[in-house]
Amino acid sequence: MANELLFFMEVLVGGLLAGTMYSLVALGFVLIFKASATFNFSQGAMVFFSVLAFCGFMQDFNIPFVLAFILAALLMVVVGLCTERLVLRPLMNASEDTVLMATIGLGYVLEGLAQAAWGVEVRRLDLGIGDFPVPWIADNLKLFISALDITAGLVAALMIIGLFLLFKYTKIGLGLRAVADDAGAASSIGIPLKHIMLLVWSAAGVVALVAGCMWGARAGVQFALVDLALKALPVLIIGGFSSIPGAIVGGLIIGAVEKILEVYIGPFFGGAIEGWAPYVLAIFFLLYRPEGLFGEKIIRRV
Amino acid sequence: MKPVFMTYTKKDLTNLAVCMVLSVLIIPTFIKTEYWYTSILIPWLCLALATIGQQIVMGYTGQLALGAAGFMAAGAFAMFNLILRVPDLGFVGSLIVSGLIAAAFGILFGLPSLKVRGIYLMVATLASQFFIIWMIDKFGWFKNYDSSGIITAQDIVILGKPFTTPLAMYFVCLAVTTILTLLAMNMARGSTGRNWMAVRDMDIAAESMGVSLLRTKVQAFAISAFYCGVAGALFAFCYLKSLEPVAFDIKLSFKILFMCILGGLGTINGAFIGAAFILLFPVLLNAIGNNVFHGAIDATIISSIEQVIFGLLMIIFMIYEPLGMAKLWENFKQSIRLKLSSSGIKSVKSSAQKSE
Repeated sequence: MANELLFFMEVLVGGLLAGTMYSLVALGFVLIFKASATFNFSQGAMVFFSVLAFCGFMQDFNIPFVLAFILAALLMVVVGLCTERLVLRPLMNASEDTVLMATIGLGYVLEGLAQAAWGVEVRRLDLGIGDFPVPWIADNLKLFISALDITAGLVAALMIIGLFLLFKYTKIGLGLRAVADDAGAASSIGIPLKHIMLLVWSAAGVVALVAGCMWGARAGVQFALVDLALKALPVLIIGGFSSIPGAIVGGLIIGAVEKILEVYIGPFFGGAIEGWAPYVLAIFFLLYRPEGLFGEKIIRRV
Repeated sequence: MKPVFMTYTKKDLTNLAVCMVLSVLIIPTFIKTEYWYTSILIPWLCLALATIGQQIVMGYTGQLALGAAGFMAAGAFAMFNLILRVPDLGFVGSLIVSGLIAAAFGILFGLPSLKVRGIYLMVATLASQFFIIWMIDKFGWFKNYDSSGIITAQDIVILGKPFTTPLAMYFVCLAVTTILTLLAMNMARGSTGRNWMAVRDMDIAAESMGVSLLRTKVQAFAISAFYCGVAGALFAFCYLKSLEPVAFDIKLSFKILFMCILGGLGTINGAFIGAAFILLFPVLLNAIGNNVFHGAIDATIISSIEQVIFGLLMIIFMIYEPLGMAKLWENFKQSIRLKLSSSGIKSVKSSAQKSE
C-alpha cells in the first residue's frame, strides 16, 4: 500500500513539474494577451525559433553560453520589434480573429526562418543540468524527481514572481494593464502604445527562450517543440487567458492530470492518451467555466 | 424552415458549362502525363473539397475550427472499414456513409461552438484532431489489425467496373467534387447559407431574428465534417492509395486552414483557388530550385522558404485583403470589365444593380 502511495506521489510530482514546462510556454501567451488582448498563436513558434537560434549561436559559431543566451534574447527583441511594426500596427483596428490568423502566419514565418537558418536536424542542448533523478531526494524521500524538472519549476516560480511584481507595482506594469483594458483610452492619456507593445513582445520572446531551453534540454531542439507548445492552449483555457497565476495553475493541472491518466488509465487504451487528454479536459472547462479558473468573465457587448 | 433552392442565372450556367468542358473534355485530351493526374489534379480536387468543408464552418458560419484533417481521417478509415466489412454498400454507398460517420464526429466536436468562439473554439476543435487520430492509431480494429501501420487502400470498383487508372480516378474525384460543390453553392445561396452568414455576422442578432443557433452551428459542423470526410476518403483512396493516420496530422489541418483563408473566406471558388495555390506553389518552388539553381539549394531549405512565404502571404492578406485571392480575382475581373467597356461607370452601376 505504502509503495502504491509512493508511486502515486511520484507520478503526481513528476506531472506537476512537467506541467511547469507547459506553464512557461503559456506565460508568453498570457503576457501578450494581458497587454494587447491578442491571442498570439505564434508563441510555440517563438519558443522553437529562439531556442534554435540559441543552439545555433552556441554550436555553429562557438559563442559562449551566456553570450549566446544574450544574443538570442536580443534576437527575440528584434523579432518583437518587427512584429509590432509590420504585423500588429497595420492590424490595429482589425477583428480579433483576423489578428489571430495573422499570428498563425507569423508562426509559419518564424518556423520557416529558423529552419532555413539553422537546419532541420535535431540538436542537443546541454544546460549542464542532468535529466535524471536527484540522488538526495531519491534517497531521503524515495521520490525519483529529475533535476531538470526542479530547475524548470524554480525558473517558472521566479518568472511568475518577477512578472507579478512588474505588473502590480511598477509604472510599466500599470501602463500594461491600462493598455490591456482600453488601448485607445490609454494612448489618449499619454501611455506610449508602441513602447508597451514592443516591451511585451520582447518579454514574451525572452520567456519563450527560457521555455525553449527547458524543453530543448529534455526533448532535444526540434520541430516537435511547436506541437508540444500547442498544449499551452488548453493550459490557458483552464487557467484563464489573462491571468499569470492561471497559466501556472493551469499548467500544473494539465501536467498532473495527463500523467495520472496516462499511468492509470492509459494502459487500458494502449497509451499515448497524453496527446489529446489536455484538450478534452479543456473542452469540459469550456462547457462549464469558459473564462477559466482565474480569467476575467467574458462579457460581450452587442 | 424550408430550404430555398437557388435560381440559376445565365452566368452560373455558363460558368458551369465552361468548367465542365474544361475538366471533362479539354484536360483529358491535352494532358497525357500521369504525373499531372496523380500528383496535382487528384489531390487538388480532394483538398478543394475538404477546403469547402472548412469554408462552410469558418468562412460561412464564422466558427474558427482547426480539425479538418481529423474529420478527413475519420472519413478515410470509415471508408476502408465499410468496403472491408460491408462490401454490399458499394463504393458510392460507402463514400456517403463514411461522410455521415465523419459528420457524426463533426456534431460531437462542434458542440462546444455553442458556448465559445474564437481561439477557445479552436482549442476545442484541436481535441477532435488529436482524439480521432489517436483512436485510429490505438485501436487495431480500425486498421484491421494490420501491424505495419500503412494499409493499402482497396481498389475502387463502381458497378462492377474497376477505376484504377489515374484518369479514371480523376473522373471519380471530379464527379464527386462537382456534385458536392454544386450542393454547397446551393446551400450557401439558399436559406441554409443565409442562416450561417447571419450567425457569422452577428450571432445575437441572428438569434433574435429567430435563427436557431443550436441548429445552425451544429448543422454547419455536420455538413463541414461530411465534406471533409468524403474528401478524406477520396484523398486516401485516389491520391495516397494507402491509409495511415500520420497522413492526416495537424499539418494537414493547417494546410487546409491556409487554403481556406488565402483562397478567400466565405467563397466556394476561393476553396479551389486556395487549394491550387497551396498545392502548386511548392511544385513551382522546387522547379525553380532545380532549374534555376540546379539543386544548389537544399530541399529542406526550399521547404523552409515555402513555409516562410505562406506565412508572409497570410499576414499580407490579413492586412491588405482579408477576403483572399477570390476577392483579388473578382477585383481583377472588375477592372478588366471597366477597361473593356467604353462607358465604364455605367457597367459597374448595372452590375451592381444586377447583384442586388
